[in-house]
Amino acid sequence: MSPLIQVKNVTKKYGGLTANNDISFDVAENEILSVIGPNGAGKSTLFKMISSFTPTTSGEVLYQGERISNLKPHIVARKGVVRTFQETTIFKSMTVRESVVVAQHLRAKASLAGYFWGSKTAKEDVTAFGEYADELLEFLGMSEISGEQATNLPQGSLRALGIAIGLATDPKVLLLDEPFAGMNHDETMRMVDLVRSVRDERGVTVMLVEHDMPAVMNISDRIVVLNFGEKIAQGTPSEIQNNEKVIEAYLGSADDEIGM
Amino acid sequence: MFNVSAKQLTGVGVFLFAIFVGVPLIIGATGRWDFYFTLTSVALLSIASAGVWLTFYIGRINIGQGAFALIGAYVSAILVVKAGWSFWISLPAAGFFAALVAILIGIPILRLRGVYFAMITLVLTQVVTLTALALPITNGAKGMSSIPLPSGVSLFGIPILPDFAGMENTKLAFYYTACILMIVTYAALYRLVNSRLGHLCRSMQQNEELASSIGVNIAYIRIVIFAISSFFGGIGGAMFGSIAQSVYPSSFQVVDSVNFMLNCFLGGLGYVFGPMLGTLVLYFGWDLLFEFGKYQMLIYSTVLILIIRFLPNGLLSLRIGKGGDK
Repeated sequence: MSPLIQVKNVTKKYGGLTANNDISFDVAENEILSVIGPNGAGKSTLFKMISSFTPTTSGEVLYQGERISNLKPHIVARKGVVRTFQETTIFKSMTVRESVVVAQHLRAKASLAGYFWGSKTAKEDVTAFGEYADELLEFLGMSEISGEQATNLPQGSLRALGIAIGLATDPKVLLLDEPFAGMNHDETMRMVDLVRSVRDERGVTVMLVEHDMPAVMNISDRIVVLNFGEKIAQGTPSEIQNNEKVIEAYLGSADDEIGM
Repeated sequence: MFNVSAKQLTGVGVFLFAIFVGVPLIIGATGRWDFYFTLTSVALLSIASAGVWLTFYIGRINIGQGAFALIGAYVSAILVVKAGWSFWISLPAAGFFAALVAILIGIPILRLRGVYFAMITLVLTQVVTLTALALPITNGAKGMSSIPLPSGVSLFGIPILPDFAGMENTKLAFYYTACILMIVTYAALYRLVNSRLGHLCRSMQQNEELASSIGVNIAYIRIVIFAISSFFGGIGGAMFGSIAQSVYPSSFQVVDSVNFMLNCFLGGLGYVFGPMLGTLVLYFGWDLLFEFGKYQMLIYSTVLILIIRFLPNGLLSLRIGKGGDK
């Protein structure tokens, strides 16, 4: 089976700084793949290139054999590759349910003019959006907070909201940007279960960037490790845990942290 | 989507009755015929303000509506005077031309956000004024004067619109026309805001990155909204030119553009009908302060600053705060 996403020799340079250098790896369908690495390793940049939020300097990203890099984000989203953001990127003055309803934009069958005049298809869409929003929020265990304003939510719920918005677009691939950051152990474990159920029950392939090692080891099928913009390893969690280069990269950063 | 509460329906009914029956009765009783012109102006300015409000709705501060009003006024005047078109066809043409210009200008400038977009739009009015001064077709500084009043329209021999020139009371006719245009504009605006396009605008206003991540073509929607906004500006301007029967490069100036924006702030950016109320209050407020002579501007500015400081969500937020319906 050919891989769902192929990252091919992707390089990103900002002036003299190389954020990503010649990175290649594949993502199989229905896989949970994590990209890890010390701070500044270029993980977020890589995600931005996959979702076309920033262009590559060279190399390309393929989705089902089609290039998705160097396009516009909304076009990549239309193809089914959708990213989420860290918790501050939300629709602040919308309720949880409103956010999930508006995020179903790609599922709309009626035209914008149809919504203006209130065509039959538009009315059906509106009903369908509402029903799907309720179903999705129940699936994510967010039914009780569906009427809350996004700004009033605690951090854990904001992450879940980010995932809900991403899922509302009906993606094939979901890119999660640090879904466990700032969470305590229990919250992290709940989120791990949630992400896994997104894959198992909705058939969504998941890629995530994360710092929380226990969570990454727990959730990932495979892991790609970046350091200073280079890919230094890839493999299953146990392979990565025993990889010398990875240990070296992380021990360096661990020393720094002790130094604090 | 069409669920309108009885309370809202009553509100709309009272409003329509007030402007179409109430105002003419009061003016007839008091003999203040000049109020017709004032109220007509308010109605037309609030159409242009509605456009500015719409650009606010996608998170852009638009201080350039005067430019599109001026474009609309000139297009209509030129079509009526030089091409001999009926005013009623030149009116939508003026709107569409303003929208077309907005699309061409909007493609490069709508990428800008915040104060940068605002600064560019602030210049637009001046650019259009200077263009009008320079072009031969606009008659330069002399402007276009003695524009004929709107002529009658009949379809298959049935009169649809009367000939304004043959009327005894053109003030009343213009007042009704302006009110009808204003109501159509605000009905369309209300509908737009409450339809999917409006929801997408809200998502863009709150976070453009997130909006594009869910598949919203933000560049396209920005252009569409700016075009609609300028269409309103063009319509308002064209109607204004027709009432004044003249258009000059100074008919709409930077200060008018700023006022269009203030109307929105004052009424409330969160409420569709905010700019309508804002225009009314601002226009009358300025006139009322005339008595204070040289202190007019001082008092006016102070009051505006106080309102923006203490009522950041506009005058309409007062009503909501008292437990009224939205």
